[in-house]
Amino acid sequence: MKLNVGKIFKKKDTAEVKVIKLNDDNSVNAGANTASANKADKDSSAQQSNTEDDVTVCPKCKQEFKKQEVKDNLNVCVACGHHYVISADKRMKNLVDKGTFKPLKCKVEFTNPLNYPDYEDKILALQEKTGLDEAVLAGTAKIDGYDAVIAVMSSKFLMGSMGIAVGEKITNAVEYADRKKLPLIIFTASGGARMQEGIMSLMQMAKTSAAVEKFNNNGGLYISVLTHPTTGGVTASFATLGDITLAEPEALIGFAGPRVIEQTIGQKLPEGFQRSEFLQEHGFVDQIVPRDKMRETIAHILRLHSKRGK
Amino acid sequence: MVKEIDAKIIEIDNEIEKIKAAEVLDEAQLYVLKRQRHDLIKMCKDLGPHDKVYLARHKKRPKITDYIENIFEDFFEQQGDDLGKEDGSIYGGIATFNGVPVTVIGHRKGNDLTENLKCNFGMPGPEGYRKALRLMKQAEKFGRPIITFIDTPGAYPGLEAETNGQGTAIATNLAKMSALKVPVIAIVTGEGSSGGALAIGVANSVLMMENAVYSILSPEGYATILWKDSTRSDEACDMMKLTAQDLKGFKVIDDIIPEPIGGAHINPKVVYKTVSKYIAKELSKYSKMNEDDVSKHRYKKFRNIDADYLKLL
Repeated sequence: MKLNVGKIFKKKDTAEVKVIKLNDDNSVNAGANTASANKADKDSSAQQSNTEDDVTVCPKCKQEFKKQEVKDNLNVCVACGHHYVISADKRMKNLVDKGTFKPLKCKVEFTNPLNYPDYEDKILALQEKTGLDEAVLAGTAKIDGYDAVIAVMSSKFLMGSMGIAVGEKITNAVEYADRKKLPLIIFTASGGARMQEGIMSLMQMAKTSAAVEKFNNNGGLYISVLTHPTTGGVTASFATLGDITLAEPEALIGFAGPRVIEQTIGQKLPEGFQRSEFLQEHGFVDQIVPRDKMRETIAHILRLHSKRGK
Repeated sequence: MVKEIDAKIIEIDNEIEKIKAAEVLDEAQLYVLKRQRHDLIKMCKDLGPHDKVYLARHKKRPKITDYIENIFEDFFEQQGDDLGKEDGSIYGGIATFNGVPVTVIGHRKGNDLTENLKCNFGMPGPEGYRKALRLMKQAEKFGRPIITFIDTPGAYPGLEAETNGQGTAIATNLAKMSALKVPVIAIVTGEGSSGGALAIGVANSVLMMENAVYSILSPEGYATILWKDSTRSDEACDMMKLTAQDLKGFKVIDDIIPEPIGGAHINPKVVYKTVSKYIAKELSKYSKMNEDDVSKHRYKKFRNIDADYLKLL
């Protein structure tokens, strides 16, 4: 699949991202079939409220577009800029220099500590559907020439919830960045802890946070990018521990979910509550960065950290 | 089961009170009632998860203030997060334990409705977690071991809590606690729900009272997510594996502190003695470690906490 990102990347030097392709042999889903990886790209296209197969209605501006048009625009509405969900694969492709992505070797065997019914079937079906082995895609790559460790969460995989495998993949990425003295970039997208794994899931919050703290104490740079949605146990662990915190526009970011809060306080939440702009206003986000500016913004931050001031 | 037994015990207690208050003491009846009470308590064996949840939340269950009063000496309370707010749901300060200065921190639910409200029923906002962290960093500065008492339905899911960075506050505690250079002992005394519990639970030793529970979410919350029906919480309890015995099996906790039959509230004096003994035992493990080793020990513990379930391919 080729991405036509010309609409977004106007800078000449970023034109190369047009044809970035994560090779199948580089793909994390060594076990899953490659057909499903291709399918993941298809699934990542905007599908909400479509009347016909190739048409989508933007949930924000209600205008009708050809799916392909939105897809070619990094899953961002061409009229109002609404950010649709994007697959981990596609996000990674749009971020890194062509051909530089190498997945980290960290494949975790399925585990079911609560003996939760039908859990394994669910995971297998999701692996098939998304082409990912779990809710994180992690690897090393160059961004505008700068080496980095990058982990991208996928809300398409059981709402990006964090169980043992996700916790391990994140921790492994942090530790790899620590060992190799590389900057760390994590794109979060998660409903929180994974209910199916109970207390073992809660413990991933401590595990990942401890790893980030160690990395932090060793002088590592961690850029956290909050995308829609980032809630629960992920918000209350590595997502909010970045040196620099970026957010995509209008992403839902919070600890408790809006429904739980409404039930607790017995009233409707104000418009825009727990959205990126709200968090920025309250001092928890450095900058809100639209998807088409993400690559150059991160490259900018990496550039500023490439030389140490004495 | 325990819930029904407890209701009967409360009835008997009321009867006993009446007899004691009467002008002429009916000793025969008093004996019968006390005997009945005793027999009822003896029935509280082989408890199921939802029984334990009931006991863990029991109104008369010993609380942080009781533990501090009965286990520690010379307590000095510290309030405030130093950033603009005091959160009553986290209680803490400096005290001595067997003559050694320590920092004690825990969730506070309060003993009556006025206190409950003041303590927000033990559900902290970010200010509470920041206060806890302030006390912990201070403990580190002065080389004091930290003892935390966990008893919370969870971090408060409110408008203000979210606005002020609930997630960030919890995350910061998890991160900073993991690197503390002084020993940390955490005891789950009642209910330990969600990140709100873990935020003061990243400890070298994590202990649980025999009838305490520790889980990703309250059983009601879990049932809501699973079946959109909070009344099915008993089912959720059975599924969640939240008892001390389950968690010892998972190696998420290090030890279980026994309680009297019927729960900690049946004989608190015995509980204080036992808890004190366990704290002393755990602290002695770390007394000879240097500060880096103490911090490494804790890091390793949480790095490998899922080792039994984690298999890399």
